[in-house]
Amino acid sequence: MEKQSDLLLDIQHLHTAYRLQGNFYDAADDINLTLKRDEILAIVGESGSGKSTIASSIIGLYDHKNTRVTGDILYNELNLVGLNESLFNKIRGNNIGMIFQDPLASLNPLMKVGDQVAETLYYHTDMNEKQRVTRVIELFNQVGMPRPEEMYNMYPHELSGGLRQRVVIAMAIACKPEIIIADEPTTALDVTIQAQILDLLESIQKESHSGIILITHDLGVVAETADEVAVMYAGQIVEKADVKTIFEHPLHPYTRSLLNSMPQSDDEDEELHVIQGTVPSLKNMPRTGDRFAARIPWIPASAHEDEPKVHEVEPGHFVRCTCWQEFHFLDDDSNKEVVKNK
Amino acid sequence: MWKTVLRRILIMIPQLIILSMLVFILAKMMPGDPFSGMINPNSDPKTIARLKQEYGLNDPAWVQYTRWLGNLLHGDLGQSYIQKVPVASLIWDRAVNTFWLSLLTVILTYAIAIPLGISAGRHQDQWQDQSIQVFNYITFAVPAFVFFILGLWLFGFTLGWFPISGSVSGDVNPGTFAYYWSRLYHMLLPAILTALITTTGTVQYLRTGIVDNKVEDYVRTARSKGVPEKVVFNKHILRNSLLPIAAFFGNTITGLLSGSMVVEMVFSYPGMGKLFLDSISQRDYTTLTALILIFGILTLIGNLLSDIIMSIVDPRIRVK
Repeated sequence: MEKQSDLLLDIQHLHTAYRLQGNFYDAADDINLTLKRDEILAIVGESGSGKSTIASSIIGLYDHKNTRVTGDILYNELNLVGLNESLFNKIRGNNIGMIFQDPLASLNPLMKVGDQVAETLYYHTDMNEKQRVTRVIELFNQVGMPRPEEMYNMYPHELSGGLRQRVVIAMAIACKPEIIIADEPTTALDVTIQAQILDLLESIQKESHSGIILITHDLGVVAETADEVAVMYAGQIVEKADVKTIFEHPLHPYTRSLLNSMPQSDDEDEELHVIQGTVPSLKNMPRTGDRFAARIPWIPASAHEDEPKVHEVEPGHFVRCTCWQEFHFLDDDSNKEVVKNK
Repeated sequence: MWKTVLRRILIMIPQLIILSMLVFILAKMMPGDPFSGMINPNSDPKTIARLKQEYGLNDPAWVQYTRWLGNLLHGDLGQSYIQKVPVASLIWDRAVNTFWLSLLTVILTYAIAIPLGISAGRHQDQWQDQSIQVFNYITFAVPAFVFFILGLWLFGFTLGWFPISGSVSGDVNPGTFAYYWSRLYHMLLPAILTALITTTGTVQYLRTGIVDNKVEDYVRTARSKGVPEKVVFNKHILRNSLLPIAAFFGNTITGLLSGSMVVEMVFSYPGMGKLFLDSISQRDYTTLTALILIFGILTLIGNLLSDIIMSIVDPRIRVK
């Protein structure tokens, strides 16, 4: 594939539905997103909000029998939805690299880590075996692995969690893909290693000018790395804006609740805010009305739209439903004023 | 790698010593002695007593044990009470017969089980898998002797496709092509029947391995690299699924020599299993002790081989 244009990925009206007991249920419901070159787009949400569903839809790795994907995922005018497998295999690993959550589970326990990275090169480049080994060692160097020649012949169980994730990253960037999808890349790692891995991702992105989709539930990670943020709730994007706006002027009740439930290091006595209830399961998800309404029952029903639409409240800042205008936290009335004054 | 092997071999030494002691104690506990069979109304108790003294049967147990062990190390397993020949040569003939039968059986077992296991795992819950599961239930549930006798009756007696007993026809000369053909022909029916009924474990392990590994994260990683599905299956899924089968492989190899009692009995095949059962029914204690010792050693070596094979195929097992 050619590598050009600033708009890397244009996702329009993506619906990904899973089959449960014979019926299909949308896990990603009408997703509209774009990814540009040099951009880190964070998709944030709780477990079950559909963020990983988006990732697997983009890269085309889902159970084809029990999943139905509709809508468009445009990559250089090529629609990835319904793309045939052999063509998709030329794109996967080559134009789109993927980094997974659990680095130990994501590596084949019986293969040397070097060979696993070289496997990507085998399918997408003309390099001979010797060149591939050289390139892998170069990649190991790039992702900051000590003694790369030695590391080549190691098995996954012989490496630490941080090193394993570096191998996974080396694998994803081996063919210099334009798009990197990182699905919870730091969740399984120690806090100190998390920061290193995020720095690495950022430096890779600066070097290669690729676009990164960062899927996470960790707002700290988002604040540190992302440029654009899409907040997901129950399969829908509820708010989308640049990272500064999301953290400084969040509007949607869900975004505000999420931010409010982040621990503040400067206030030791403060109790953590908890969002009532849980994300509804895929089968029991309300398909009409505001899906978040059930978790903020003190907000009058009249505040919600019947069919919540996404509104562009200011340039580049999208919010679903109008309920944000009347939203306030249950225990904090002053907040109400802040929102009204804005 | 070599450290793992060396360590495993060192562990085997005490195991062997304990095994030899147990077998010796077992032999001592058996009723009678080598001269019991010679006793008749005319025998002189004094002669027996003298012979016992001469052969060292009145020595302390540990002296007898070390002497027995010394003989063992020189390949002397004693004389058979019944056959009046050295046990070693008796066992050797039977071991050769058993080896060829077992080898054929093992080859056939894997030739049947591996394709079935792969097919069942690959087409999980589809008709291929369901038919293989039915086959598995049948081979697992039917007792081996019933299966063998039915097979013998159908293919041996009724249809007459195969010889019904022995390891070779009496009318061929050793060394000729006809002789080897006759031996193979005699092994075919027992080997095929045993193979059919022993596939259960291999099929089931392979099927489960494939079903489990198919959804592992590293398989998704391989797919995300753009590896074609066929390669994903053969290189990533299948290799990991063969691990449990590799774990049994060492015992399978040594099992080639211990033979199957049921099949050899039903087909009157002169192998180790039949020798063992015959020795029990004829109270041939020296042969019996020697066989128990050999089976024990084979099990230990089988475990050793399994561990070595595992350390070759699975890097996680190797000792650093």
